[in-house]
Amino acid sequence: MAMECATLGPMPKDFLKNAQSRYDVVVIGSGLAGLTAANVLARQGRSVLLLEQHYKLGGMATWFKRPGGHIFDISLHGFPYGMVKSCRRYWSKEIADSIVQLDGVRFDNPMFSLQTSFTREDFTKKLIENFKLAPEQVHAFFDKARGMNFYDDQQTTTRELFDEFFPGREDVIRLLMEPITYANGSTLEDPAISYGIVFSNFMSKGVFTFRGGTDKLIGQMTEVLQESGVDVCIRCDVTKINLNHGKVASVEVNGRTIECDAIVSNANLRATIFNLVGEEKFDRGFIDDARAVRLNNSSTQVYMAMREDESLDVNELGDLLFSSTAPTFQTEALLSRDITSRTYSFYYPKVRPEGQPRHLIVSSTNARHEDWADLPDDDYEASKKDLCETTLDALDKYVPNVRERLVHIEASTPRTFQHYTAHIAGASFGTKFEGLAVSRALPQQITGLYHAGSVGIIMSGWLGAMNYGVIVANEVDNQLMTGGSASTTGFEKTVAGEVAS
Amino acid sequence: MTREEIRGEVLEILKDIAPDEDLSNLDDKASFREQMELDSMDFLDIVMELRKRHRVQVPEDDYVELASMESTVNYLEPLMKDIQKV
Ligand SMILES: Cc1cc2nc3c(=O)[nH]c(=O)nc-3n(C[C@H](O)[C@H](O)[C@H](O)COP(=O)(O)OP(=O)(O)OC[C@H]3O[C@@H](n4cnc5c(N)ncnc54)[C@H](O)[C@@H]3O)c2cc1C
Repeated sequence: MAMECATLGPMPKDFLKNAQSRYDVVVIGSGLAGLTAANVLARQGRSVLLLEQHYKLGGMATWFKRPGGHIFDISLHGFPYGMVKSCRRYWSKEIADSIVQLDGVRFDNPMFSLQTSFTREDFTKKLIENFKLAPEQVHAFFDKARGMNFYDDQQTTTRELFDEFFPGREDVIRLLMEPITYANGSTLEDPAISYGIVFSNFMSKGVFTFRGGTDKLIGQMTEVLQESGVDVCIRCDVTKINLNHGKVASVEVNGRTIECDAIVSNANLRATIFNLVGEEKFDRGFIDDARAVRLNNSSTQVYMAMREDESLDVNELGDLLFSSTAPTFQTEALLSRDITSRTYSFYYPKVRPEGQPRHLIVSSTNARHEDWADLPDDDYEASKKDLCETTLDALDKYVPNVRERLVHIEASTPRTFQHYTAHIAGASFGTKFEGLAVSRALPQQITGLYHAGSVGIIMSGWLGAMNYGVIVANEVDNQLMTGGSASTTGFEKTVAGEVAS
Repeated sequence: MTREEIRGEVLEILKDIAPDEDLSNLDDKASFREQMELDSMDFLDIVMELRKRHRVQVPEDDYVELASMESTVNYLEPLMKDIQKV
């Protein structure tokens, strides 16, 4: 018997075995947009199959464990207050109740060093007292940013917006821009409106986090999905979307074909169009637009665990620290392999009150995929090691003797993000601005085909992705009911225009 | 459904969407936005609830009709008059 088992080897597990042959909707990908779209559609009474290629749900909203009770969060650094409402509405009250405000956000660079609650009130105070700006000037800027509308012109760049209000004040630009660049990869060259909308959104009431960590959030979401009746399958890589007379017909996954009336793809926008469907299925003009969509940058991260007998002080370090040694703020410098700017997230036992009391640090940096993509294995490993070492050197200023106080350190790169999320070039924040219009136009090209996921800055991040999932779910539900294609393509603009206010 | 029943249904939806708002003194003629904190995600939720509960379809161009209680009931009346209240 034993021999027979040995020769047979492990049986491949059929991750799709409980899936039916047909659903109203198939959702491809379980990032926050995919999860939320699936949950909303099931609650609307639709039969929903959620397919995820990875062995975990959550997409970028993820975590990993290391021996010693250490749990690292990848993208839980902070999100806007709006998450409370969206979680309560589209998930559950329990989930919303775990959202708590960060204690403090710090900046430290050659131009200034300060701590802020990250609210409009506090920024206003700091700009007037520390940066000696006239109150009218500050109020006028905030009002302008808040009043920004999606329909406004896209010609003005963020740089021009700053120059209008704070000419020559590189220090002010740095304070107002650096966190947003980290939050969504936007640059001084991007349209001012995308900055204004995100900035106002983030700055209304401070920065928030999820108590219990990403693992708890995704665990709770998984339970809710079950209650809502969504069939969830992991390790299911969708390889193809099949059409029938310009309408979605089925998906191909793990050797099976599953029929459906609608598809919500949470996979990367460009991957959806070019890999899953195929460009020959779309109009030329649409493909030209799709090809012109730029991907957002990727990231590197360094994960560090403090020894059990070591601790960090939140009053001293805060939860988030934007640090830089660059004399001025430049988008290019933020992406360079020669890192001068790092965002540190400090995780204290308060983050996981039910877990073991651990102190962790995650250092994040924006990065370019091409700087890492083609490195031979040896160079790649050496570069990762170098990333760890230089991070420790930089961190020593804030956490003295950090090397001796750690039990664990490792790094991730754009290649890591690409590997786990199948995002082209490991894009951390989906696509740039122009991706939104292409994402929205998909159902006009192919009936029943929708995309929901990080696009165009405003629809990215945890909150943006969730809300975009809801907007798209509403359209899908509408299409399933009417069988037609009454589109709501203007709607996201309205939402975008007012997250600001 | 009668106008009064439709109003009751809309009120139920509003209560679910904005559980923290006191709706007992809602002025039917004034816009919702003036009286409570509603953003467009909230209006989207109203639309989704109407579809789910009553199979009523509100196209995006008509979202403006949902501005106040009175305009909402006016808009829904012809769409819901044949629906039986359950
Ligand atoms: C390092 C980093 C830090 C961040 N920090 C923050 C932060 O502090 N706050 C914040 O709000 N946001 C943050 N973000 C951004 C935020 O995490 C993302 O915007 C958001 O989680 C993206 O959600 P999404 O729905 O677009 O999908 P994604 O998370 O990109 O998920 C897409 C999913 O689709 C799956 N998939 C792809 N192709 C297929 C296929 N063919 N078949 C099946 N499944 C497939 C993938 O495996 C993945 O699970 C951060 C991102 C990164 C990378």
